[in-house]
Amino acid sequence: MKPAGKARLILALVFVVLLIIPFLLKQRSPGQFSEPAPHARQDALARHGFYLEEVARQAGISFIHHAPTLDHQLDSIMPEIASLGAAVSIVDFDHDGWPDIYVTNSCVGCENALYRNLGDGTFRDVAAELGVADVNQPGTGVSMGAVWGDYDNDGYEDLLLIKWGRPELFHNDHGHGFTRVTEQAGLPPWINANTAVWFDYDGDGLLDLFIGGYYPENLDLWHLTTTRIMPESFEYAKNGGRKYLFHNLGHGKFEEVSQQVGISSRRWALAAGAADLRGSGHPDLFIANDYGVSELFFNDGHAFHDVSEQTGVGFAPKSGMSVGFGDIFDQGKYAIYVSNISEDGILIQGNNLWVPVDGAGGNAVKYENLARDFGVELGGWSFGAQFGDLNNDGTLDLYLTNGYVSLDRNRSYWYDFSKVAGGNSTIIGDAKNWPAFDGRSLAGYQSKHVWLNDGAGKFTEVSSAVGVTDTYDGRAVALADLWNRGVLDVVVANQNGPLLVYRNSVVPENSWIEFELEGTTSNRSAIGAQVTLFWNGWQQIQEVSGGSGFSAQNQRRLHFGLGRAPSLTKAVIRWPSGKTQTIIAPATGQLLRIKEPA
Amino acid sequence: MLSLDNRYVPPVFITLILLVGHFSFGILESYPKTGLAIVTSICVELALGRIFVHKWLNPVSAYITGISVGILLRSPAFWPYAVCSAISITSKYVLRVKGRHLWNPSNFGVSAMLFLAGSTVASLSIQWGNYLWPMLVIWVLGSIIIWRLRRFHITGTYVVAFLAFALLRSWVTGSPWLSEVAPITGPMYQLFVFFMITDPRTTVRSKAGQCAVAFAVASLEMILRLYQVVYAPYYALFVVGPTALLIEAWIDSRPPDAAKQALA
Repeated sequence: MKPAGKARLILALVFVVLLIIPFLLKQRSPGQFSEPAPHARQDALARHGFYLEEVARQAGISFIHHAPTLDHQLDSIMPEIASLGAAVSIVDFDHDGWPDIYVTNSCVGCENALYRNLGDGTFRDVAAELGVADVNQPGTGVSMGAVWGDYDNDGYEDLLLIKWGRPELFHNDHGHGFTRVTEQAGLPPWINANTAVWFDYDGDGLLDLFIGGYYPENLDLWHLTTTRIMPESFEYAKNGGRKYLFHNLGHGKFEEVSQQVGISSRRWALAAGAADLRGSGHPDLFIANDYGVSELFFNDGHAFHDVSEQTGVGFAPKSGMSVGFGDIFDQGKYAIYVSNISEDGILIQGNNLWVPVDGAGGNAVKYENLARDFGVELGGWSFGAQFGDLNNDGTLDLYLTNGYVSLDRNRSYWYDFSKVAGGNSTIIGDAKNWPAFDGRSLAGYQSKHVWLNDGAGKFTEVSSAVGVTDTYDGRAVALADLWNRGVLDVVVANQNGPLLVYRNSVVPENSWIEFELEGTTSNRSAIGAQVTLFWNGWQQIQEVSGGSGFSAQNQRRLHFGLGRAPSLTKAVIRWPSGKTQTIIAPATGQLLRIKEPA
Repeated sequence: MLSLDNRYVPPVFITLILLVGHFSFGILESYPKTGLAIVTSICVELALGRIFVHKWLNPVSAYITGISVGILLRSPAFWPYAVCSAISITSKYVLRVKGRHLWNPSNFGVSAMLFLAGSTVASLSIQWGNYLWPMLVIWVLGSIIIWRLRRFHITGTYVVAFLAFALLRSWVTGSPWLSEVAPITGPMYQLFVFFMITDPRTTVRSKAGQCAVAFAVASLEMILRLYQVVYAPYYALFVVGPTALLIEAWIDSRPPDAAKQALA
């Protein structure tokens, strides 16, 4: 063969190899399911150290979420528009030491539920008798989420209910009932909100409240005067709802101060979370926006500063659905997980795992997205995600739910969705230009993700192996030690689907410790308090949260898995007031109830 | 034949698109990814040119390919940008008939990636923010440039055919007409109509033939869209472009009289 012919042959082979590369890399791609089918409980315990069993019905929970039915002008794409509203939050509303569950419903006339934990493995819905069930009355909008915080420091968690409609604040009357105090508090008459967070941004010992609008607040989605209600862009939309920061003035009154403190955005907020990301003593605010970039605001205790681009988290526009904070390396630093959308061959946004870059701390902190490297990038049409040590091995794992609209399994809306989403704003922004849904699915029937953290930079997908096999349209995930056993159980709220309660069984060799904090100078819920636990040369930081994930709130108590035979050095508590408290060598396997020292 | 000046108009134009898009909307998810696509494309072109043509080729064509890959491909990973650029340029040297390469390089590369690596890449291109003014600026500038390059008839034929077929699809499927028009208002199509279907190296020679090919691309795209193929324009050009060139080559290979009859 002539040299030129040989060269061409080699080139042809190289060309074929290039075409094969995508296949080979797909096989090695992280995020693929490690097991095709559920394994037995014993196998899961032996291999992964835990097993999740769905027990809602046995626990007396038979809640089904119903989506809203909005203005008939939206009928053709109603499944897409009315795709939010399933939310769950954990609260011990009656202070009996057992975590309770509040869950929202979203059709007019449907009732929310407050499942009181009876302590015997079962729950009973007491929402109606306590006055927090019938909250979706005609003309007031429907529920989209709920977060709990003791805004008046009376020792009982109060309920903030967000809606596409009138937000509601319910005062907790010492666990015996709730009193609606919306008007006295000064909340506005209508917000189309999907996220809210309790946090004490100015450190005055009173919980403040952030609410993020999704649709503009001047829209009554049941009585539309226009069909131009859609985002003006799929990735750059700024025509969503406004943001609110309600400063707690005390005596049950709030003042809206968002503009004064520097939070002004009309992006389409779907999730928000607050945590002290820099060790400044002030909680920073992260907003995950649909149809655009995320926003990060550093808080100096008086004002917020938009550092989204500066820190690297606000550059690439995606579809933010959820935000959670977790010290995934046991190094005393938070990573931030933001879920987005990925659909094979159509839209690969990829979820973000924002990890602080080494050497850049404080105000100079920068984040890089390591979701792909760590194997937590592809989660389908992702919604709620929460960090928690599911197997008590000492590292934070990640539970993610997903799935958008599950209707006809054999017909997809993706083609029409992608067709319009890329169009000009005059087209995409008007609901009447969107093709009819016609019973089709859009990213429906998706498998959930449970990612186990190996502590060395890799997460392994184990969902089906550990018993998570549901394919409902998941929205909110909340983690809590529901039965006071020293393990994190998982509660999942599904759109148009049942509330799922996954009871966790963990190998007994892995130890744990939990902290339940109560502020005195600080807000009594202790939201914003941080516990840094030191053991076996590691340190893990966790913070009491006033809302995280998507439309969710985990239990207030902090749960630390410790692995086998841990040697705890100390636990350092930094209260929102700035006080620090050190507990030397606490014993494992216990729930520590700690009150802020005077 | 492009003049020296004209040869540099497309790369300047596409660079302009990239810069304006980036500084107004931040379209580049990552500088390194776009850079990787461009550098890979140019390096492969220079290497293969040296080996097979025995000279250092002008990197303008490879630059356009690389930048197109950088804009059209969306992936959180780096490797697809390098592999796509490499596939695009290599295809020019491997897939040849009678001395001509058959596929527009970036059309081949992007189509191959979408088909073979669907779990890692996508091309749902929304980088212009869906806003009106950048779309108008690009369309007006692009039209002027393409006119100057004497290839506006290709773009014009395709656009008119697309709009007519949008009306037909709307009638067939019952979808709003504007939803059928929506794709052509997006940035993906700006690159498609100004750079891909007008590529001088992969279009037939006669003006009428070029219009016929553009119409055929729109026609096949129409059919693919009825079957809800998301990347219909890429795949339509992928099929029609080489087919047209092969037909032209077949006609060229025939005796002059037979060729005239075939053309008649």
